[in-house]
Amino acid sequence: MAVTLTVNGQARTVDADPDTPLLWVLRDELDLVGTKFGCGQALCGACTVHLDGTPVRSCQTALGDVGDGKVVTIEGIQGREAEAVRAAWVSLDVVQCGYCQSGQIMSAVALLSENKKPTDPDIDAAMDGNVCRCATYHRIRAAIHDAARRLEA
Amino acid sequence: MHMLQKLEPGAVSGLAAALSGAAQTPLSRRFVLAAMGGAGIGLVLGLKADVAHAAPAGANAAGQAFNPFVKIAPDGTVTVIVKHLDKGQGIATGLATLAADEMDADWSKVTTQFAPADGKTYGNALFGGAQGTGGSTSIAASYTVYRTAGAAARAMLVAAAARQWGVDPATIKVSKGMVSAGSRSAGFGALAEAAAKEPVPAEPKLKEASAFTLIGKEGVHRVDNVAKTTGARIYTQDLKLPDMLVAVVAHPPRFGATPKSFDATAAKAVKGVQDVVMVPQGVAVLATTTHAAIKGRDALKVEWDESKAETRSTADMLADYRGALAKPGLPVETHGDVEAALKAPGVKLVEAEFEFPYLAHAAMEPMNAAARVKDGAVTIWTGSQLPVADVPNAARTAGVSPDKVEIRTQWAGGSFGRRALASSDFVVEAVAIAKAHGKGVPVKLVWTREDDMKSGYYRPVYVHKVRAAVDASGKPVAWHHHVVGQSIIAGTFFEPMLVKDGIDDTSVEGTHGAYDIPNMKVELTTMKAGVPVLWWRSVGHTHTAYAVEVVMDQLARAAGQDPVAFRLAHATDERLKAVIRLAADKAGWGTPLPAGRTRGIAAHKSFNTYVAEVVEISLADSGVKVERVVAAVDCGVVVNPDVVRAQIEGGIGFGLGAALHDAITLDKGAVEQGNFDTYAPLRMSEMPKVEVHIVASDVAPTGVGEPGVPPLAPAVANAVLAATGRPVHRLPFAGQAFKPA
Repeated sequence: MAVTLTVNGQARTVDADPDTPLLWVLRDELDLVGTKFGCGQALCGACTVHLDGTPVRSCQTALGDVGDGKVVTIEGIQGREAEAVRAAWVSLDVVQCGYCQSGQIMSAVALLSENKKPTDPDIDAAMDGNVCRCATYHRIRAAIHDAARRLEA
Repeated sequence: MHMLQKLEPGAVSGLAAALSGAAQTPLSRRFVLAAMGGAGIGLVLGLKADVAHAAPAGANAAGQAFNPFVKIAPDGTVTVIVKHLDKGQGIATGLATLAADEMDADWSKVTTQFAPADGKTYGNALFGGAQGTGGSTSIAASYTVYRTAGAAARAMLVAAAARQWGVDPATIKVSKGMVSAGSRSAGFGALAEAAAKEPVPAEPKLKEASAFTLIGKEGVHRVDNVAKTTGARIYTQDLKLPDMLVAVVAHPPRFGATPKSFDATAAKAVKGVQDVVMVPQGVAVLATTTHAAIKGRDALKVEWDESKAETRSTADMLADYRGALAKPGLPVETHGDVEAALKAPGVKLVEAEFEFPYLAHAAMEPMNAAARVKDGAVTIWTGSQLPVADVPNAARTAGVSPDKVEIRTQWAGGSFGRRALASSDFVVEAVAIAKAHGKGVPVKLVWTREDDMKSGYYRPVYVHKVRAAVDASGKPVAWHHHVVGQSIIAGTFFEPMLVKDGIDDTSVEGTHGAYDIPNMKVELTTMKAGVPVLWWRSVGHTHTAYAVEVVMDQLARAAGQDPVAFRLAHATDERLKAVIRLAADKAGWGTPLPAGRTRGIAAHKSFNTYVAEVVEISLADSGVKVERVVAAVDCGVVVNPDVVRAQIEGGIGFGLGAALHDAITLDKGAVEQGNFDTYAPLRMSEMPKVEVHIVASDVAPTGVGEPGVPPLAPAVANAVLAATGRPVHRLPFAGQAFKPA
């Protein structure tokens, strides 16, 4: 059935059942493949997107539950926090394989949007749902602190 | 696979060349120039027409080929052709750095593309010329190749400018992608067309290390870091090819089982499902979307033939393995008289029986491949780590000759060894499905996390028994070491090369040689099991380093000596001693710690790289908490210090997750884990603070992808020993109670 949703500021209509996970709508129907499939069970965070500014796991978010909510993906994320996070990520060469990093960045942007000066425990709490098998955590932590400094400037 | 460097004749000379001052040996330069001679075909075929969104962001696929490794586009973009798979370890950045430095290119205009499957041109000298990535060999094997390719391109740019300007080439300077002489200057792009027609220099002069502008320098950023922070980087999982179908497969519930029959009625009723086919690996549902394929697979009814399946539980297997300790194994290393030394008067004995579980690689991108079988030819899109295997395996599966197989290598979302298989399991599965479907369209095989985790090819289960002794003076005098486990190599095409006299060296590498022990016996008993096994980041060193380094701490305690001093007194290799000293020094070894914290150290050489790690832990009700890790690494010449640090940091995290809580277990043959709830990866809150210190060196470079892993788990165990007085002989730590002494 035809469902219209707002993704990255645009109204998009797709032909998919309401029980279809948002992840597959984004990836297979809308070609927004920056949002990754990692576990399908909301255990790894690779599929993290923002729904009305809140990070959600798109693999466990049914299309039918999105409603009027505004979906933002890695391709559409903008604003001071996003710029600061990206700049920090590049400056510290956080990425290795990179597969989890869209999700990491979406979670980090959400954290910094709520908390301008996160502590290490704040970072643990906000980022523990995002798995990185390359274990870039050490740099993610440093990059979030770096992004916070950039936001102060 | 890494063993090729030790055992294959061609590989040995390659390694010798690499390690004996590779840059200057005419032999290795001839190797690369010969490779350049074979440029044309593979280059053109492989690079011209990849799917648009599989090309690196910003890459300019057009451009003049100077040799198989370097192209320059009219806009000045330098494209370095990368002959190894980048699965996060940063090899694309490393190889591009080597060529770009010799070219004096502008780093901001350097991009990369993966090489096609073409072993003649893109072989790995440390694999005897076979094309593949692994064993932390890529930099060691490519150091001279890429520098020579860059130097040759630079010489051709200079020759073209000299000809155009009528000046002596000796007066021409090159810097950051600009060629100049006096008041005249031109960018690489403007000169590329003419320069590519210049003769390829026979012996391009390589830079002295003092002239490097990129190699070894700080601040040379990864070539892939922007695309991987914008979501633009495309992986196999993201491919969308014209008319492509997605395949999701019902796999057998036990290893060795095969599909007998199936009922696809419900599966075919799922909207989007196009076909259901049986292949040797299972029953595949092909659909227009991933979600439909998963739903279709879930709706399948399949009957399995389990008559040849592995039906033991891991507990049964461990009992079998422990039983095997009672009988002698095959001799791996024997010197002195170990039994006499163990019984000598006044010695202090240490005994340990170790257990190591099956481990899954669990890369973030579940294994996958897209394949098209059409008009007698096969095209494969995947992160191919071992084209030397993937090409013939795909050809055999499709019933075509290997020269009809093309591989378009994609960036891989991790591997840790899983993408390097003699059997090419997921590539073969994709080809088999594409062939069975028979419509000539690309089929993208998607494994869910559960498919990936239950797919086998685990780090094998091992049991070790060690009996060792120090004499009255505190010197280690005897070491009897028996390893029991499955062979990674047996039954693969590597076996004739890599198993000697029944010994698979990947089972025992790292058990001996690090310390001076006058009486030693190492034995191996190889077990058979129906569980497919494979190398897992650092291979045999994942367990041998643990056993050796934990026993070393037990011996140090028996001798009443400090673990660092004990190792320094008995290590055989100055480079190992140097990393032990550096790590201990930077960690403040011997200085007071806050209450509740203890330290442990371990050091290990693997893949010709030396790493020592000092950890600080605390014990909580929840188990071991690793607070800080200080690592020292000696990998010879450093191509990119930040990538070296990143790989050691990552190796520490990867090793720590496994040591803390990972194990794949079987219940009557069925894998009990399926996702990240039951096979828990390391998470942010568990990641310690990490410092990595690099030993400055002018020795030929070695790899860093794996060597950060082996010392981590034993260093943690040794810190637990320091806290509790009890050695830890079983991994993972989870489920074991540790009480401070």
